[in-house]
Amino acid sequence: MKCGIVVFPGSNCDHDCNHILKKILNQETHWLWHKDEVDLSSFDLIVLPGGFSYGDYLRAGAISRFSPVMNSVIRFAENGGKVLGICNGFQILLESGLLPGALMQNHTRKFICKNVYVRVETTSTPFTQKCNDKSVLEIPIAHHQGSYYIDPHSLSDLEEKGQILFRYCDAKGGISESSNPNGSVGSVAGLCNEQKNVMGMMPHPERCADPLWANIDGQSIFQSLISQS
Amino acid sequence: MQNEPEITSQLVKDHGLTSDEYRRILDLIGRPPNFTELGIFSVMWSEHCSYKSSRPFLKKLPTEGPRVLQGPGENAGVIDIGDGFAVVFKIESHNHPSFIEPHQGAATGVGGIMRDVFTMGARPIALMDSLRFGELDEPRTRFLLNGVVDGIASYGNCTGVPTVGGEVYFDSCYNGNILVNAFCLGLAKADRIFLAKAGGVGNRILYVGSKTGRDGIHGASLLASSEFDETTEDKRPTVQVGDPFTEKLLIEACLEIMEFSWVVGVQDMGAAGLTSSSFEMAHRSHAGVNMDLSKVPLREEGMTPYEILLSESQERMLFVIEPGHEEEAAAILEKWGLDAAIIGEVTDELGVRIHFEGKEVVNLPTLPVVDGALDLKRETERPEYLDKIGHLNLKELPEPARGDKAFTKLIACPNIASKEWVYEQYDHMVRLNTLVLPGSDAAVIRIKDTKKAVALSVDCNSRFCYLDPYEGAAIAVAESSRNVVCSGATPIGLTNCLNFGNPEKPEIMWQFEQAVCGMGDACLYFDIPVVSGNVSLYNETKGEAIFPTPTVAVVGLIEDQSKVMTAGFKQAGDCIGLIGFTMEELGGSEYLKVLFDRNEGKPPVLDRKHEKQVQEFCLELIQKGLIQSAHDCSEGGLAIAVAESCFSAKEEALGATLELESTLRGDALLFGETQSRIIISFPEELTDQIEGLALSYPVDFSLIGKTGGSQFTVSINGQEYIKQDIESAKEIWKTSLGRYAGQTT
Repeated sequence: MKCGIVVFPGSNCDHDCNHILKKILNQETHWLWHKDEVDLSSFDLIVLPGGFSYGDYLRAGAISRFSPVMNSVIRFAENGGKVLGICNGFQILLESGLLPGALMQNHTRKFICKNVYVRVETTSTPFTQKCNDKSVLEIPIAHHQGSYYIDPHSLSDLEEKGQILFRYCDAKGGISESSNPNGSVGSVAGLCNEQKNVMGMMPHPERCADPLWANIDGQSIFQSLISQS
Repeated sequence: MQNEPEITSQLVKDHGLTSDEYRRILDLIGRPPNFTELGIFSVMWSEHCSYKSSRPFLKKLPTEGPRVLQGPGENAGVIDIGDGFAVVFKIESHNHPSFIEPHQGAATGVGGIMRDVFTMGARPIALMDSLRFGELDEPRTRFLLNGVVDGIASYGNCTGVPTVGGEVYFDSCYNGNILVNAFCLGLAKADRIFLAKAGGVGNRILYVGSKTGRDGIHGASLLASSEFDETTEDKRPTVQVGDPFTEKLLIEACLEIMEFSWVVGVQDMGAAGLTSSSFEMAHRSHAGVNMDLSKVPLREEGMTPYEILLSESQERMLFVIEPGHEEEAAAILEKWGLDAAIIGEVTDELGVRIHFEGKEVVNLPTLPVVDGALDLKRETERPEYLDKIGHLNLKELPEPARGDKAFTKLIACPNIASKEWVYEQYDHMVRLNTLVLPGSDAAVIRIKDTKKAVALSVDCNSRFCYLDPYEGAAIAVAESSRNVVCSGATPIGLTNCLNFGNPEKPEIMWQFEQAVCGMGDACLYFDIPVVSGNVSLYNETKGEAIFPTPTVAVVGLIEDQSKVMTAGFKQAGDCIGLIGFTMEELGGSEYLKVLFDRNEGKPPVLDRKHEKQVQEFCLELIQKGLIQSAHDCSEGGLAIAVAESCFSAKEEALGATLELESTLRGDALLFGETQSRIIISFPEELTDQIEGLALSYPVDFSLIGKTGGSQFTVSINGQEYIKQDIESAKEIWKTSLGRYAGQTT
């Protein structure tokens, strides 16, 4: 799988994504510099990594969406190319209109870094097809603006169309307010577009994919993508 | 240019210089300084920059060892870890700014220590913070705690450097003067370490990073080098303002530039800004510097040479590069969107000449400025308070029949309770190296492309240091290395941050001298070189000094990543063992403070030989794969150490049953803080092997109980002493700090 990892000024999970894709999963990776508008048609996957692009100034992702590289990413996505946005990458996907809704400040008003559980809501997407349906993955979060919001009508629309991929849950897969770390509506942790080729999620699958740690739940997402290319 | 003020004795005094010091300036340069030059002497001869009170004592610290590539004197210390890599680390205080403006004070402390590390050519890979606040009832404590943690989080998280550990303490001695000590560790190629030097004549001085503004002027000299009083609030403008986004860009750009051989030297602009970076670089290379301040990128109009030179605007670096490579450097900096300008060149004059708008505004020799401050021979005198509180009569101390009340009070007290509320606000996982997450004895960071890992711990029990600064500082070294050992690492280096009161008082200098001697002797005995450090004096408000707080951070090396140990019990049915033995010691303990509100007596005795054996034994058990967990016994004693291993088991706590036989008082046995003790757990079938190994050292070892069940039960001589439901206890331990921090008053 040929992967492009976008580097914005302030990206800081770019090297982590590269470590997992290249060193752990033996995939081909390339850096994509934010100032470059380039043809991405030869890529199988574009990753928008986590971090604080442009220092999260104004609003997380709000400035990055105007980077020249985003024109290429939007074109790539419109042509059916697969785009994975993690954390700040998810925020940028929302700001650039590739995914619906918005991410607001956590309801705790604090940055939260810890392991959480998410339940796989559908396996009928390129990002989750190697996961088990309704299985529970343990994946870390690390964000300050991760409280997903969308109006109730659009939320049920997303649910009906199978666009919600992950919801925050407890260790057994139960969903409640106490298992929702940031106050996201519907406990949404990750979703995709209607065409199912663009996915954004707040948890960091690259942080639980290196077998040096006991937990490699994050690998199932990358393996889903690899199996199609 | 505006007219400069006339030099009067009042102006000299306002610059923190004594009349003796002013006379020395006249003697050294043979003429009166102009206003700008006076400003330069003021910052360079400040306590913060010159170490004039502390330097004579610091010579007692051992700084050499086979792994040491760079000891004290540079921006940070460097230790060789093999495989072509070196770790670069240092701890530094940002106490006074954080008390005045907690968010920015703490944030810029983190930024400053990171620059010290990447200035040396190392990529910062881990941060830790040692934080000390006043008592919980002090009105400002909650505000300061929230502000400091928020400041550290906002800066560290944004730069993508994980904050992997630290310590948080509360004591009334910090009510008027909190401590924020920030530690950073970086990884570099052992043969690509950059020093702050200027090199040959004609080399270019390259200014990189944020534009210079009027912030932080006299931050180091006047804010950090005097006590707090009623006017302290007025010094708020001396606190710098940080921009972590620029810092992140600066890290990437600097490390990219440092790949090239035409980079001669690098120095960050920290305390005393452009002044100290230019004078120190020139001085270290026995060279001179010629600079034109008109070329410095400025944030505001109308800045004077005085302001430009003394500004402590953050996120700025000074590079020295060989001529002919200006455009290559500019291209890299432009790529990262950073300001840059060639502002001068290296000369052979042994002096610094500074021009502004076509006029020479400074012409000073480097030696007097950098090294001319007189070492002050501060007087020392043993403080009288020691006679009053130095003895604790245990017979007068009521002994409870059961330990349940003390146990539940201790697990809820903020010095012992889980620090989860703090570290969950820090990104402690980014960069995919954190093998052991916060909450264990030490943080463990893997070194990519090798089999190795490093363990980090920062420690100081300042109550012990108050009761006996010599023993207290030695205990800090012992405890920090014990923590690193409990993670499976061999201690290889240490950095210190010496936080004390006003050095003009002989009692404070006595504490300082004792602590430095205790630390030096312990480092010598345990063979741990001190490679970097920082001294923070004047930590007092209206005459009330903090407890002496010589914070130490020990770095340990783990040769094999798969042999990492953690503090939590792993499964039910394991045996619990105690390495070391318990004495009847309650002096300076958390128990004495929490239950009786007293800090008295002698700190626990530290038997260095025994300590070393305990550590070596524990390390051998880990390396041979014989044990499941190892946890240092510290604040709260044996009962709390075992309970912490229960709480840290996994998601759900694991109970334990302890059966102790002893003639000691029950409270001393369970809550006393005797040194050189480690709690381990292991499968029952390995008991004989472990006991046999203990005998061969010899080191005291006893089987004290078993893991499992839903209760935490302790009996002494067959009599039940504590029985608590482990999940409820864990809930108290886990949530008490967050509940306090989140309360709105």
